[in-house]
Amino acid sequence: MLSLKIAVRFLRSGKTQTTLIVLGMAIAVSIQVFVGLLLDSLQKSLVDETIGNSPQVTITSATDIGTIRDWGTMVETIEQLGYAKALSVEASATAFVRNGNADLPVLVRGFNFENADEIYDISGRIYEGRPQESRREVLVGRDLREELETDVGDRLAVFSPDGSVTIFTVSGFYDLGVASINKTWIITDLRTAQQIFGFDRRITSIEMTVEDVFQADVIAHRIEQALYNEDITVENWKEQNEDLLSALNGQQTSSTVIQVVIILSVVIAIASVLAISVLQKSRQIGILKAMGIKDLSASLIFIYQGFLIGLVGSAAGITLGLGLLYAFNTFTANPDGTALINLYVEYDFILRSWVVAVLAATLAGLIPARKSLRLNPIDVIREG
Amino acid sequence: MANVVELRDVDKTYRGVVDTQVLFGINLSFDEGSFSAIVGESGSGKSTLLNIIGTLDKATKGEVSIAGNTTNYLRKDQLAELRNRTIGFVFQFHYLLPEFTALENVLMPHLINRKDSAGSIVERADGLFDMLGISRVKNNPANKMSGGEQQRTAIARALINNPKVVLADEPTGNLDSENTATIYRIFREINQKYGTTFLIVTHDRRIAEETDRIVEIKDGRIIVDIKK
Repeated sequence: MLSLKIAVRFLRSGKTQTTLIVLGMAIAVSIQVFVGLLLDSLQKSLVDETIGNSPQVTITSATDIGTIRDWGTMVETIEQLGYAKALSVEASATAFVRNGNADLPVLVRGFNFENADEIYDISGRIYEGRPQESRREVLVGRDLREELETDVGDRLAVFSPDGSVTIFTVSGFYDLGVASINKTWIITDLRTAQQIFGFDRRITSIEMTVEDVFQADVIAHRIEQALYNEDITVENWKEQNEDLLSALNGQQTSSTVIQVVIILSVVIAIASVLAISVLQKSRQIGILKAMGIKDLSASLIFIYQGFLIGLVGSAAGITLGLGLLYAFNTFTANPDGTALINLYVEYDFILRSWVVAVLAATLAGLIPARKSLRLNPIDVIREG
Repeated sequence: MANVVELRDVDKTYRGVVDTQVLFGINLSFDEGSFSAIVGESGSGKSTLLNIIGTLDKATKGEVSIAGNTTNYLRKDQLAELRNRTIGFVFQFHYLLPEFTALENVLMPHLINRKDSAGSIVERADGLFDMLGISRVKNNPANKMSGGEQQRTAIARALINNPKVVLADEPTGNLDSENTATIYRIFREINQKYGTTFLIVTHDRRIAEETDRIVEIKDGRIIVDIKK
């Protein structure tokens, strides 16, 4: 512990130098934490907005009929695998609704509402009316409503491709935030959709969300293997969003590069300051060696200095970085007061940054530590 | 009485563009508890001799034995430990660590090889401060003392581990005559009280006259060795 004690005294004796290097480290780490968390939040926001309320793995029929028959056992198998966060089966088919003299194409989607709600958050997006309660009720999207000029409680005639007509009552209106969906989806329950399209008990797809969205491809592959059925196709969001993925990867890489460069610059700065400190303290190290301090203990003084600078500097840097992040979020808020970016403070990332910064600073101490090994007490004594 | 320091056929040559030999075939030994001076002109090789005895420098040829340990074959860390346990240094400059107080400086050689500053060692340090007449400044930072107080603190530091040998290289070179006299009186007192061997390098013959043995070096060779 003598080495640690000496390291502390050396740092305290050069207050200005120590303050400057700790400050330098704090600023560097704060930028690293700020950039890292900001880009991470951006990425999460983007992913959340793009795929947050949509299925991330979808199983559809690969046959010409376009429907899946023994879906009950498939659902059981998938649930046993344990990958699905939410799972919903649906029966969907295109149909028409009449608007004056024109026929508008629609997609009738039949869900078990509670299951689908876990994926699409439909109930949270109904802006007028209520979810359908009986089998003859439907939900209509905002854009289709505007086109049809319909209201809650109005009748809606839906024409199936085979020419049959089903009359529904509009129970409410939703807005899923995507115009093409709002214009085409008519949401009803599973049984009704199966009935009007003559699917019997069959469905058209199984949709699910997963815990780790970036593992969707791996999970999809495992599900495909587990189901082992040539009549189905298992797709995942990554296949369908390659552009988004490559943008996210680019962002991740640039974030990593920025962070690595920052940490490298910190290491070099600390190493150079401590290397100067070896020169400044060569007299002290020389006399300590004359008194019998061993090379390892003498070297440890500089490694401890690096460690202490890292410990304090990175703790201050993390605090500063979080402060910067909250300040950024406050000053860049949208006019309605909502945040420009939803912040996700990853404590794992902060802890990792702290450990890496402390380790890097300690490693930086190795350079002056090696330099101190070459310090011979006789040189100090001869020079007076 | 046993030899605490023994040199056999010691040569020292500094390697460089031109090799410079500064010591030639030195054969010298000092009894345990002796009080001796090594005198000589500047550049005679007396400090080099002292540094070799102190294991800070290495002989180019010959054998050096300190307290029964032949130093030629010891590793760096073993030499460091030997210095710590056996030798106390007093230099012309005090070389106190300015980052520490006088007391902490004195305890430093003890702390280097031991984990704690137990009560008994602090008591010993207090005793040395008393003996050296610097108790009132023991908690001063090392750079907030007079030159005489700093040198006395350096002496206390040299003595804290109860070394067998104290090597003093021009220990009063920077002090006034009053402080000089006090320090030699203290050296003598410690020598008599604890039986510590003293080897004092000086160019001042008057100081040397006060010791029990004078070894004079000229051009790297012993030319006079007088025991009183």
